Amino acid sequence: MTDAPILCVTGLCKSFGAVVAARDISVDVAAGEVVGIIGANGAGKTVFVNMITGYLKPSRGTITFAGTDITGIRPCDAAHIGVCRSFQTSQVFMTMSVLDNLLIATAIASKGRTSLLRPLRDDARITQCEAILNRYGIREYRDRVASTLSQGASKLLDIAMAGVSEPRVLLLDEPTSGVSVEEKYDIMDVVISASRRQGTAVLLIEHDMEIVERYADRVLAFDQGEKICDAPPRQVLADPRVRALIVGPDDADDSTARPRETTDA
Amino acid sequence: MQTIVAVLIDGLSYSSYLFIVSVGLTIIFGVMKILNVAHGSFYAWGAYAAAYFIGLFHGMGFPHWFGFVLIAVSAVAVGAIIGLAIERIILRKMYEHEEVHILLATFGVFLILEDVILLVFGVNPYFAYQPMALLGSVKIAGVTRDVYSLTLIGLAIVIALACWLCLARSKWGKILKVVIFDREIGLAMGINVNAVYVYTFVAGAMLGALGGAAIAPTLSVSPGIGIDVIVLSFAVVVIGGMGSIAGAIIGALMVGLLRATAVHFVPELELFVIFAVMAAVLMVRPEGLFAPARARRI
Amino acid sequence: MRSLTGDRTVRGVLIGFTLLAIAGFFLPAWIVNNVMFGLARGLAVLGLLVLLRTGLVSFGHALYFGLGAYSVALLEQLAGVTELVPRLAGAVVVAGGLGWILGFVLRRYRGIFFAMLSLAFSMALYGILVKTESLGSTDGFSVSPTVLFGWSPETRHVFLAMVAAVCAFAAIVVQVYLASALGHLTTAVRDNEIRVEYLGYPVARSIHTTYVLSAMLAGAAGGIMAMALGQVDPDSMVNWTVSGELVFITIMAGAGNVAAPFIGGVVFEFIRTYAFELAPHAWQLIVGATLLAIIFFLPNGLWSLIEKPWKKLEKRRD
Repeated sequence: MTDAPILCVTGLCKSFGAVVAARDISVDVAAGEVVGIIGANGAGKTVFVNMITGYLKPSRGTITFAGTDITGIRPCDAAHIGVCRSFQTSQVFMTMSVLDNLLIATAIASKGRTSLLRPLRDDARITQCEAILNRYGIREYRDRVASTLSQGASKLLDIAMAGVSEPRVLLLDEPTSGVSVEEKYDIMDVVISASRRQGTAVLLIEHDMEIVERYADRVLAFDQGEKICDAPPRQVLADPRVRALIVGPDDADDSTARPRETTDA
Repeated sequence: MQTIVAVLIDGLSYSSYLFIVSVGLTIIFGVMKILNVAHGSFYAWGAYAAAYFIGLFHGMGFPHWFGFVLIAVSAVAVGAIIGLAIERIILRKMYEHEEVHILLATFGVFLILEDVILLVFGVNPYFAYQPMALLGSVKIAGVTRDVYSLTLIGLAIVIALACWLCLARSKWGKILKVVIFDREIGLAMGINVNAVYVYTFVAGAMLGALGGAAIAPTLSVSPGIGIDVIVLSFAVVVIGGMGSIAGAIIGALMVGLLRATAVHFVPELELFVIFAVMAAVLMVRPEGLFAPARARRI
Repeated sequence: MRSLTGDRTVRGVLIGFTLLAIAGFFLPAWIVNNVMFGLARGLAVLGLLVLLRTGLVSFGHALYFGLGAYSVALLEQLAGVTELVPRLAGAVVVAGGLGWILGFVLRRYRGIFFAMLSLAFSMALYGILVKTESLGSTDGFSVSPTVLFGWSPETRHVFLAMVAAVCAFAAIVVQVYLASALGHLTTAVRDNEIRVEYLGYPVARSIHTTYVLSAMLAGAAGGIMAMALGQVDPDSMVNWTVSGELVFITIMAGAGNVAAPFIGGVVFEFIRTYAFELAPHAWQLIVGATLLAIIFFLPNGLWSLIEKPWKKLEKRRD
């Protein structure tokens, strides 16, 4: 990874009153790199993602994307230039069909000026979306209304929508939470292989250490708003401090066997 | 100087009347989360009932002071009968509906009650001047005003105090606060929320009717009087903060004094200023000046 | 263009309005008048339907309805304009212009706050109109018959045809808009604003666009109403009861199709006329009772009466 980093975060701070949610965080992410972010509930992982995508304004620090300062821009502008995200609890258009959900995402992502003025259910667009549905394995739900989907399928749709625009930085907020054990590797294979192909940098928030170990090139460990570790997965997971705070000292090796934590602040 | 005194007196008596009408609306909204368009009908019915009975009993030779009794009786009767009927027959079945549908339903009730007034009382105006004539007029700093209009100020203060005592000092107030904060928590605590709704709605209706009954002696009670009142009380309630009694006081004072000022200085803007302020408050503080605490649902 | 004529709703609208315009020549004047008033209201309701798609209910759309109507009246008072095209254009531009300005404020509000702020704006206009002598005060203005390119038709039937053409045009524009990706964004915004924002489209812009379109439609509607009625006045054009009636027709019609508002508008006008004939002092009672009946027994509006059997029929055909 000798390229100039696509995303540079320098000295990022955020506090809500007396609570410090981010304390002087600096991270560089290279194009195509997959960076895992781990930490206990309330460690500040989601706040970090929210600041990068412009949902929260940092109290201090800068965020640079491909050489431009994007600190504090609106989420829609972040998405527009190529910083997209998925959500911990899936955010989809509940009253619309799965296909329509994706069609909307595609229409917004498309760079053509008249894209939004053309009919939504344009043939070319439908073909494009069906390919995405196939890739994510949710083709069978094509015409189901999104509110009737299972949690796992809804999650897949959420991730698929975030990836439609082929972003250069993709932030995944717990992509496998609420997804069955059999499905989680499938999801991750799809997302990560697509990202690798497009050279997308991925920031992956996860509680599941197996997933982190398997997919991340590098892992950041957060504790109380602070970055306490930044190294390749094996090294981070072996770190005694990380083991004590996050992984748990005894059962680090069989993390799939215990019930996972599912919520984050 | 005289103009300022006139503005103050007119403004305060107008504010008092607005407060009496609006406080019922804000209580109903606070507890039931219903923006009740039919509140304008309670007002109109209160006014008609009071004017009709005052005229009737005066014709039978009752003394002038009996009019005050009739005003109170009309308000209670209208609130109890019409309020109870609306809650039982219509709103009771609608609590699960969308907000817009409930609001429209109260609009439907408003339209119906407007015409029932015509069918019952006819199209000719009623004048119930007797209570006002009894009290005569008084001169304050060179400004002559009816004593009756001034008593409205006293009535508003009494009602404000009563509401405050009821909410802050009684067991009832505590129950109401729970239901206002979160209906589900109220249910979980074993509060009979349906009963709370009935009492609230009837009390709100009585207050609306009292506003109409109390103002009846000062005007000609004629068809359509509820139409203007309802938007004015919307303005009062929105300015103060929907569901807040302190807000209703502030809102009524602002609207009343503004209108009185406009009437004396720029009569063309009499109505405009009220709604301009309503819009301005919504723009700066959408929750109103005195927004009550809300349950967070995340 | 091919996709346009392939749209069943567009075909239906074209056929329906053409038939209506032709039928107008054989119908008695009172029916023609009612249909015209109904279509005018329907046009404003079409504006409310677009807003409803994005989850917003305006209790102040009489602002634009009245503004359109008064534009027509004032164009005549100040410049002697009686031609259809400038009248309509004036109504649309004035309403759309104010909608664009107020949109910057209103796009930040949702739910009851949106409804109340709309109400405040519309009542502010009402307050000005009612109290200003030079704007006609409570009496308003009368409006002379409309001229079409120098030709003043002698019967109301020609005017009905013109109104039908305008409404058909508006319905098709809205249908195309709603079928476009931009139009579907309205529903997307109603469902999940956060997602729309994170996909890269500003929610505020989507709502603003929809709001201006809605204001323009209501403005055109008011303009047509002024021409059809031959007069404008604050109480029947701008007061809150007018806004209430428009929302009522929106719910009565149902939001399922761009044709629904016009059906709703005409039905409303006939209910009102018949109620007035039947009981001059109780027409509001009948209208109010209808409103309650619709809310209780037909919450998805009149359109659901048409839609359900149609869908059943289609299923059987498949």
